[in-house]
Parts: sequence; structure tokens; C-alpha cells
Amino acid sequence: MSAVSSFLRLLASEVRLIAGRRRNQAGVAVLALVPIVMAVAIRASTAPRPGRGPDFFSSIAGNGFFVALAALAAEITLFLPLAVATLSGDAIAGEAHGGTLRYLLTVPVRRTRLLAVKYLSLVVGAAIGVAVVVLAALAAGGLLFGLGPVTLLSGTQVGLGDALGRLAVACAYLTLQLAALAAIGLFVSTLTEQPIGATITVTLLVMTMWILDGIPQLDGLHPWLLVDRWSAFGDVMRDPIFWDTMATGSLVALAYTAVFLSAAWARFAGKDITS
Amino acid sequence: MSAALAVRTSSLAKTFGAQRAVDGIDLRVPAGGVYGFLGPNGSGKTTTIRMLLGLVRPSAGEIEVLGAGTPGAIVDVLHRVGALVEGPAFHPYLSGRANLRRLDAADARADPRTSRTRIDAAIERVGLTPAADKRFRAYSLGMKQRLAIAAALLAPRDLLVLDEPTNGLDPQGTREVRALIGALAREGTTVLVSSHLLSEIEQVCTHLGVMHAGRLVAQGSVAEVLGGADAVTRVDTPDFVPARDVLVRLGARDVRDLRDAAPGVEALETVVAGVPPERVVAELVAAGVRVRGFAVTAPGLEERFIALTGEGFDVSG
Ligand SMILES: Nc1ncnc2c1ncn2[C@@H]1O[C@H](COP(=O)(O)OP(=O)(O)O)[C@@H](O)[C@H]1O
Ligand SMILES: [Mg+2]
Repeated sequence: MSAVSSFLRLLASEVRLIAGRRRNQAGVAVLALVPIVMAVAIRASTAPRPGRGPDFFSSIAGNGFFVALAALAAEITLFLPLAVATLSGDAIAGEAHGGTLRYLLTVPVRRTRLLAVKYLSLVVGAAIGVAVVVLAALAAGGLLFGLGPVTLLSGTQVGLGDALGRLAVACAYLTLQLAALAAIGLFVSTLTEQPIGATITVTLLVMTMWILDGIPQLDGLHPWLLVDRWSAFGDVMRDPIFWDTMATGSLVALAYTAVFLSAAWARFAGKDITS
Repeated sequence: MSAALAVRTSSLAKTFGAQRAVDGIDLRVPAGGVYGFLGPNGSGKTTTIRMLLGLVRPSAGEIEVLGAGTPGAIVDVLHRVGALVEGPAFHPYLSGRANLRRLDAADARADPRTSRTRIDAAIERVGLTPAADKRFRAYSLGMKQRLAIAAALLAPRDLLVLDEPTNGLDPQGTREVRALIGALAREGTTVLVSSHLLSEIEQVCTHLGVMHAGRLVAQGSVAEVLGGADAVTRVDTPDFVPARDVLVRLGARDVRDLRDAAPGVEALETVVAGVPPERVVAELVAAGVRVRGFAVTAPGLEERFIALTGEGFDVSG
């Protein structure tokens, strides 16, 4: 069997393990529930929302498509990072805690290969999380408000197909950002045998970055924070798409990914497995 | 020489902080043998096994497993090594079979087309077929141990490393594991099996290594390890004083009067090294000692262990 197909076999087993876990299935349900609740709440409320500028919420009543953007904006602050933090806690710390790590390594699985599979499974998990939010939003929005041509922020109208393409770009961008968070999570996961400890640490890191990002006096620090440009996914709704912030945000995400994957590898490659 | 050894270490040591968990041991596990790795809890057996399997990095010393001598090369031969380390560990919410599927998927050399048959065969071999599709969390400790042994048998192995495989098993389960070890050894697999209860594995072993406080205090074939201890001679006689004189003349040590030990007993016990028992009897009779009973007992492993370490076997190190 070739190296590639055996790698994919382990990756598939890993994704199945993640997907089969009840706790994760409940997490997916929560991710899907948020846009549904949002759509229902807006449908039920009759009062117009005066003078708050062009946010996605105010556009929802006209087109269900905007539920997707509003749901992403809401969930990228906490729920999606929390999902990544939870999965990364399981990745290494969880296997160490349960003792299954020693059996995986003696199969044998080379540590670099295991780390690569674990990381890719986290990225797959992040992509699934983002996709679940968007698909649930489009379903709920479509049902309650209908889907049709979309008016961009500049006022120009584009067809639904064009708008969905822009939404796909936003999803890819956010998945890349969550992949950077997953690299941090994987590193934290190699530091401990307590999966919950790893999850809490990663969640606190995200919250701390949001808090720092909200303090104007620290604006010199802001460009270096991973979360600083997460909201730039909304730039896909400009005409034409405004790429600059997302491009810089992507570079920052790639830098975080490179640094923390290296750290995870350095830590894990020579670690004594005594659990 | 090393070709005939499945496992060989030189001055292997591991320190955790100030604790010398393994303190410079030279393990020699002969290919094709069943090596009983004995020692009380905390004597360093699991730490040694973890080092052999590349889970823990030695603080000092060298390791050779199936001819591979570097950490990278040892990872490569691990697919020929089945291992049970420090008790079974699986995903609790997966069935036993799904857990084995996962381990098989992790094995880059395993053929996915034969996965199902190999998994079924391993489950069958440990007698777990009726429970194969139950969740692991619902397993009894004995079933968990069996699943861990099944995992070690997923692929053809040249070496099996079984760390306390009988832990938590009932006497029937212990017998079955012993029989399994014997059968695997007859098929040519080298077995390294650890235990803190020597009685559980004594009968299947061809070789023994005895650990105490991180050191290997005895090693060799069963006869070599047990033969190092002196047999105990017991003489039943009412003529205590003349009997003792004869025995001391023959070089006896530690002559003990058993009349103190129990009422109604008229006997003494001693160690007479290097004198054949028949000569001891002849000398006693020639001296007019009324010999009513005479016995020479080879010591068990328990006595041997106490002789080696000055402590009982189940004392924690
Ligand atoms: N990760 C660890 N950190 C510190 N000490 C350890 C660790 N693992 C084992 N030890 C110590 O090393 C000694 C040997 O332990 P172990 O190899 O598990 O013994 P055994 O398997 O013979 O019961 C014990 O005193 C134990 O407390
Ligand atoms: Mg042990």
C-alpha cells in the first residue's frame, strides 16, 4: 500500500472517530441551531431596526442569504473557536489521557505522521463547522425569507449564484483562520494530558485576543492578533471584493500555523509518553 | 550472539527527576523464548518496556530490538512487535471491534483488504467474539485485557511484549492467557511477559529476569535463576545434638531447630551446600542418628527472590 493511501486511511479513521462522538454531534447541532434561532427571531419580530448602518441583520428580512453572513459573524467570535478548541483538546491530550496514545504509537505510527493526521483532522473539523453554520443558515433563511438576487454593500445587485460564490470565499477564509487556531490548539494539546485543560486554554486565548483587540490603546498590538482580521470575511460583499485585509489576515494565519505546528512537532517528537 | 537475542539492552537507565526508575540493566531476551519479567510493583518493569517500545527515551544505555539498534530503526521493527503496556486502553464509546479497526487503520503496513479477517481472527483467538460489538466501556476488566491482547495479535508478530497481561483476570482467564502465551511461543513468537505475581507466569517461562528497585537482580534460564539458590535439607530425628554435629562437620549453615516452631515436630532444617543428599544420610546413620525422615527441597521463586533482595516479592519498590 502506498504511503499516500495509508495516510488517507488513518485520516479517514480519525475523522470517523471525531464524527462518531456524541459530544461532537451535539456541538454540530448547536452550531446549526444558532442561525435557525436568528432567522426565526427576526421573522417573529416586526419592529424595524433603525439607523444602525449596513449590518447583515438589517438585510435579512429582505433576503434569507444574509442569515448566512450574520450567523458566521455571530459564531466566529465564540462558538466556532470553541469547537476547534474542543477538538484540539481531544487530539493529543485526549488520547494521552485515555492511554490510547501509547497504543497508537506502538502500532507503530511515526510521531510526525500522527501529528500531521491529527492536524488535518482538526482542519477538516473546522471546515465542517463553518459549512454546517452556512448550510443551516441558508436553509433557515431560504425557508423563512426566500433566496434571491443579493444587493451588495455598494448597492449593486448580483445573482444568487455570484453571491454564493462570494460566500464560499468567506467560508474558505474563516476555515483558514480556524486552521491557524487549530495549530495553536494542537500545540497546547501536546503540553498536557488533560483534554479539558487544553480546550479551556485555547478558548481563553481566543477570548483574551478579542479583549485585547477591543482596547484602542493597544492598537499597535492589534495587527499581530490572530482574531484581528476575522471579521474581514464580510469584505466579500463589497464590489469588487476587497481583498487587502483578507490577504493580510491570511498571511498572519499562515504565520501562526507555521510557528505553532513547529512548536507542536518540537514538543511531541521527543516527548516521553508515560500516560 | 545478538542474532539469537530478540531484545538486548546495555546499561539501560531512566531517571524521572530524582527517581531512578530503571538503573542500568542488561536485558537478554533470547529469540524464541518466553521471558518472564518479574518484580514487585514499582520496580521498573513498565518503564523498561516503554523504553523498548520507543515511548520513553532512555536517560542512558542502549537498546536493541529484533536487531534494530537506533530509535528510528526500532520504530520500523515495531510492526513485528505486538504490545500490551500498562493495562488496556481503548476508546470507551467504540466497540471492541471498532477499536481494533482503528488500530489497524493506523498501521501503514496493514492491508485494508485483509483487515476484517485479521480482526475477526484476533478477536476469536482471545475468545472475545460474543462481546466484539459491545462498547468498550461495558467490558469487564478481563474482557478489556483480552481486547488488548487481540490488538497485539492483529498482525503476524516476531515478538510479543505483554506487560502484566493477567492483571485483573480470574483464575480461569489467567489459565487461558497462559495457554495462549504457550501456543504463541510454540509458533515461534518470542514473548516478553511481565508480572508482579510470579505464580501466574512461572509455568510458561523458559527464562526469567527479576527486577528490584530498578535493577535486574537475576537473569537467565529458569534453571539458572532458581539453581542459584541453595536447597533446604530437613532431617526428622529425635537425636538433635548428634545430628547437628554431623551436619556441621559436613559444612552445614544455619542449622535451625524445628522443635521450637511447632509442637510434636522433632526435626531440624539446614543448608548443606555441595554435599550429595545420599552422603548426608549415610553419615547421619553411621553416627547413630535415628533418621525418621529426610527431605531436600529446591526453593521456589518466592524464596529465591527473598534470597536475592532480602524482601518479600510483593513489597513495593
Ligand atoms: N512518569 C513518571 N514520573 C515519575 N516517576 C515515574 C514515572 N513513571 C514511573 N515512575 C516511577 O518509576 C518507578 C518504576 O515504575 P514502573 O516502571 O511503572 O514499575 P512497575 O511496572 O515495575 O510496577 C516507580 O517508582 C514509579 O513511581
Ligand atoms: Mg507496571
